[in-house]
Amino acid sequence: MCPIDEVTAAVERIYRDDSRRVFATLVRLLGDFDAAEEAMHEAFAAAMAQWPDDGIPANPFAWLVSTGRFRAIDSIRRMSRFEHSPEILGAAVAPAWNIEEIDEKEFRDDQLRLIFTCCHPALPPATRVAMTLREICGLTTEEVASALLSTPPAIAQRIVRGKAKIREERIPYRVPSRRELPERLVSVLSVLYLVFNEGYSATGGSAVIRHELTATAIHLTRTLAGFLPDPEVMGLLALMLLHDSRRDARTDADGDLILIDDQDRSLWDRSRIAEGTALTRRALAAPAVGRYTLQAAIAALHATAPSTAETDWTQIARFYDLLMQAAPSPVTELNRAVAVAMRDSPEAGLLQIDAILERGELHDYHLAYAARADLCRRLGRLDDARGSYERALGLAAQEPERRFLERRLRELRTTQPTG
Amino acid sequence: MRFICLGYADPSVFSSMSKEEMESAMDECFAYDDELRRGGHFAGGEALQEAKSAVTLRYSAKGVDVTDGPYAETKEYLGGILILEARDLNHAIALMSKHPGVRFGPFEIRPADESIHALVEQRNQAIRA
Repeated sequence: MCPIDEVTAAVERIYRDDSRRVFATLVRLLGDFDAAEEAMHEAFAAAMAQWPDDGIPANPFAWLVSTGRFRAIDSIRRMSRFEHSPEILGAAVAPAWNIEEIDEKEFRDDQLRLIFTCCHPALPPATRVAMTLREICGLTTEEVASALLSTPPAIAQRIVRGKAKIREERIPYRVPSRRELPERLVSVLSVLYLVFNEGYSATGGSAVIRHELTATAIHLTRTLAGFLPDPEVMGLLALMLLHDSRRDARTDADGDLILIDDQDRSLWDRSRIAEGTALTRRALAAPAVGRYTLQAAIAALHATAPSTAETDWTQIARFYDLLMQAAPSPVTELNRAVAVAMRDSPEAGLLQIDAILERGELHDYHLAYAARADLCRRLGRLDDARGSYERALGLAAQEPERRFLERRLRELRTTQPTG
Repeated sequence: MRFICLGYADPSVFSSMSKEEMESAMDECFAYDDELRRGGHFAGGEALQEAKSAVTLRYSAKGVDVTDGPYAETKEYLGGILILEARDLNHAIALMSKHPGVRFGPFEIRPADESIHALVEQRNQAIRA
């Protein structure tokens, strides 16, 4: 006998910490996402019913997996007497699976299998993000919809189609081979970074859900880094930790954005910075340095600088040069131009930004105009600054960013010499 | 979360079925309902008589007008409702996709409106008190 309160608390804790692992293993054993989800729910319901009498098992994880699997097989057998019932799942009725045969490595690999399957390149990127949040992180459809600023029916359809594609194309539930791994990892890391950015950038939605998204992305990347100590996984984890270290400093009480120059650096989370910096160092020591590691190196230089003026802009510009080689993009080029402005002079930066804008790739990117406006302001070219802030305001969609740009425009008006 | 599943069907599908076919279809639906009960998902349900047994009330300036039949003429009519307890919309979809009833006509799945439920519950308690 075991007091009911104790069982409830244990089941809740195990659900929170281990239900996704149970699910990942059941997907392998049952060969189907939906069957695994239902089996997992039945297993937890069985735990609530049986543990008060039988006590909490020594290995709750194995108990839940084995109970879920047997429940699923029972259900398939009961329905199999009808000719229309879904085809018997091959994996589920495979020779009796024995709880003694627990293979810890196999269980760990199940989590990786789930991650690589949900982030499979055959799935559209938006589906990968939705499936990662629901199947790996355990968010509900409704929470995913709220986090991605979509509706539950739209997200539900995306997930149903994703699972159908996995079934129809027989996408194998396995960890990619060493040969495939680098390419497949690119897809996984980009999904994790997207999830993090959904939470980190102020894209609306509730602050609680945004925080949950960043925490989820960090947790998942940390898990992945534990399994695959690949330098880019470490680099991505470092990048997330370093960004996240500024969370409390980057908005004010009204939710308005505070730029890094104006942030109260004493609010930065030192333990996250320490961990992020250490990981960056390890990742930088690898023979090949990837885009996330380079971005983490830049973030680490910001995070460890006492002020904007005392930031090592020479190093930052150098890392942006490397990043332009590893993953060239106009946005990276823009960021490099800002670093050059800080290292050399606002004129030097402005020349580069104007050259980028002239090429047209960033003509509807509000931050390009905001950066241009800021440099013009510092050079005293106030009309020019105003024009660029207005252009940025016309393109910015998010409220906190709009309020920030409006504030800058108001400040310009007061600095403008009158008459 | 609670979902209301509305099962629609074309009555001609049933009229063309033999007694045995009908019974076997019913058995199969009941067996799957039992699966839902075992998982704690079956929170209730109602089967409806055929649509031609319906009357429809409409309010107008002259008062309430009563007509024969269902409110809308369609090929498929509401045949039954099932109240489903599921973790989220995808879970509800997965559970109802396996329901044999979906072979006879479309299911519409709608989340229950929990905020109105809360108001109704308040009134229930007020009446009881």
